[in-house]
Amino acid sequence: MDYLLTEEQVMIRDLARQIAQEKIKPLAAKYDAEGIFPWDIIKIMSDSDLCGIYIEEKYGGTGGGAMELVLATEELSRACGGISLAFAATALGTYPIILFGTDEQKKKYLPDIAKGKKLAAFGLTEAGAGSDAGAIATTAEKKGDYYILNGTKQWITNGGEAETYTVVASVDRSKGARGAAAFIVEKGMKGFEFGKKEDKMGIRASATRELVFTDCKIPKENLLGKEGMGFIVAMKTFDQSRPGVAAQAVGIAQGALDLTIEYMKQRKQFGKSITSFQGLQFMLADMATEIEASRALVYACARMLDSGNPKVGKESAMAKLFASDTAMKVTTDCVQLFGGYGYMRDYPIEKFMRDAKITQIYEGTNQIQRGIIANHVIKESVSK
Amino acid sequence: MNIIVCIKQVPDTTNVRIDPETNTLIRAGVQSIINPFDAYAIEEGVRLKEKFGGTVTIVTMGPPQAEEALREAISLGADEAVLVSDRAFAGSDTWATSYTLSKAIQKIGQFDLIICGKQAIDGDTAQVGPGISAHLDIPQITYVKKIEDVKLDGAHRHMRAEKMTEEGYEIIESPLPCLITVVKEINEPRLPSLKGKMRAKKIEIKKILAKDLDVDPGLLGLNGSPTKVVRIFTPPPRKGGQMLEGEAKEICGKLVELLKCEIP
Repeated sequence: MDYLLTEEQVMIRDLARQIAQEKIKPLAAKYDAEGIFPWDIIKIMSDSDLCGIYIEEKYGGTGGGAMELVLATEELSRACGGISLAFAATALGTYPIILFGTDEQKKKYLPDIAKGKKLAAFGLTEAGAGSDAGAIATTAEKKGDYYILNGTKQWITNGGEAETYTVVASVDRSKGARGAAAFIVEKGMKGFEFGKKEDKMGIRASATRELVFTDCKIPKENLLGKEGMGFIVAMKTFDQSRPGVAAQAVGIAQGALDLTIEYMKQRKQFGKSITSFQGLQFMLADMATEIEASRALVYACARMLDSGNPKVGKESAMAKLFASDTAMKVTTDCVQLFGGYGYMRDYPIEKFMRDAKITQIYEGTNQIQRGIIANHVIKESVSK
Repeated sequence: MNIIVCIKQVPDTTNVRIDPETNTLIRAGVQSIINPFDAYAIEEGVRLKEKFGGTVTIVTMGPPQAEEALREAISLGADEAVLVSDRAFAGSDTWATSYTLSKAIQKIGQFDLIICGKQAIDGDTAQVGPGISAHLDIPQITYVKKIEDVKLDGAHRHMRAEKMTEEGYEIIESPLPCLITVVKEINEPRLPSLKGKMRAKKIEIKKILAKDLDVDPGLLGLNGSPTKVVRIFTPPPRKGGQMLEGEAKEICGKLVELLKCEIP
């Protein structure tokens, strides 16, 4: 489908595709098996100016937005959903600064991220606070010119690898969600340590660790927005980043379908290529259609974001929900079409199924997305 | 350091087929690419510029569509691009090509170094680089796999390079300006950058025609080419070999008999 991309967007897509196909694809199986963090790919992306495609020019980026981010994320994920995540999770950790940072904070933190010198991460989830993010127990106590952070964040993508973290903590637990605040924390600050690297089902080239804060002193200049705005920061960030997760899902699904069609063309049963069987052709047609529908939804949502429309909560949730459910269904069917070979680790397809699963879970489970969408449609019907 | 990199646009021979009737390349549907060895030349030029400052100018002689190759070179970090293109140049062999390119390089201006790929994958002659240095009367180092040292100031401007040979390598020092041809061992070409691609889209490609050059028209194109192609043919496919089976001693006997029959 022709999405009427600008010249620059076509360049970004083509460049990301070239990196994905030439540099990431040959490494994907090894990095998945050994859980290698893709620093070498980050270097290539940095040299190609891709790290700053969603960051303003005056802070060292190339001035694009959500559309540029989803185009690159999709292409990278087509080769490996784990490797692409180092890039996409950096965007998630950077959006709070883009959306709520002061000029000083932006000048201090964005240029290194735009250049690819530093990665970022976002820390909200805790052991007891997943979908119920209001239950966070990490505290930030103000003492003079500092906030003192205590608590543990769990399953933080890019944890340990990133230099710049945006962390949500409670400045007043009695106020619940209204007592939260977001902070920029730098790796190396005293009292900030990392837990063990998690052993995951998929996206294994991505690093997932705990962030452990023990009397960690954060200068008060590192507060993002105001005290009490922590959840607004998180929710607005997710509105921006969900199309990114959705793009990762579209990429994983498309990458799996590409491999499956190639396999089916050369696989012969009953004396002919299995692409000639109508039952399997119908599966291909459904997969291709569902992927295209996901892509259209993701791109439409990204364009809405870039137009500055603040009311994207529903659309953003829809894109994430639909694209990730599609990715799970498509990758499962792709394994099916590979038959017994599909179940074997020697073949690349099972990895896509493992990588797809997380897209239904993180940045708000798909049940939470349905909740968001339902709330919106019910509210809309009331206001009519 | 002002560097000139000569490149050639070639058909992507990994996909090329020969028409069995006419014995010529089937060009339809074959993508044109920068000659792969020239990609190493571009990368080396850009690396030297990043280290020593100066500019990298890309030159190609070819039909108007060779402009695409020049734009790609810009996206890889080169500064300027020059297309040497004219009907008068059509049919040039390696002598006429290197003569024309040497004149175009003189027209471009001052340079410290010319870099070429070791050969083009379509003609495989490896003659144009050395030809340019001969026409310009400057030293050449062919098959360079590493640049060891460059000295740009003072009276003795020079460079030292490792030239790959079949047995190993030689270390050769040459005054500047000189011309080198490079092998793929010299570096790993980078991917284009986004800013490079944007520049490539907008940059004005300078064009040099025959009338812009101080040349003897009789030495250009087909007329200026001493090489005459008499016939092009595809070598007949090799016949399959014959496998001998049995004990070593027995096979040796059979082999000797067969060889006797083969050699008149």
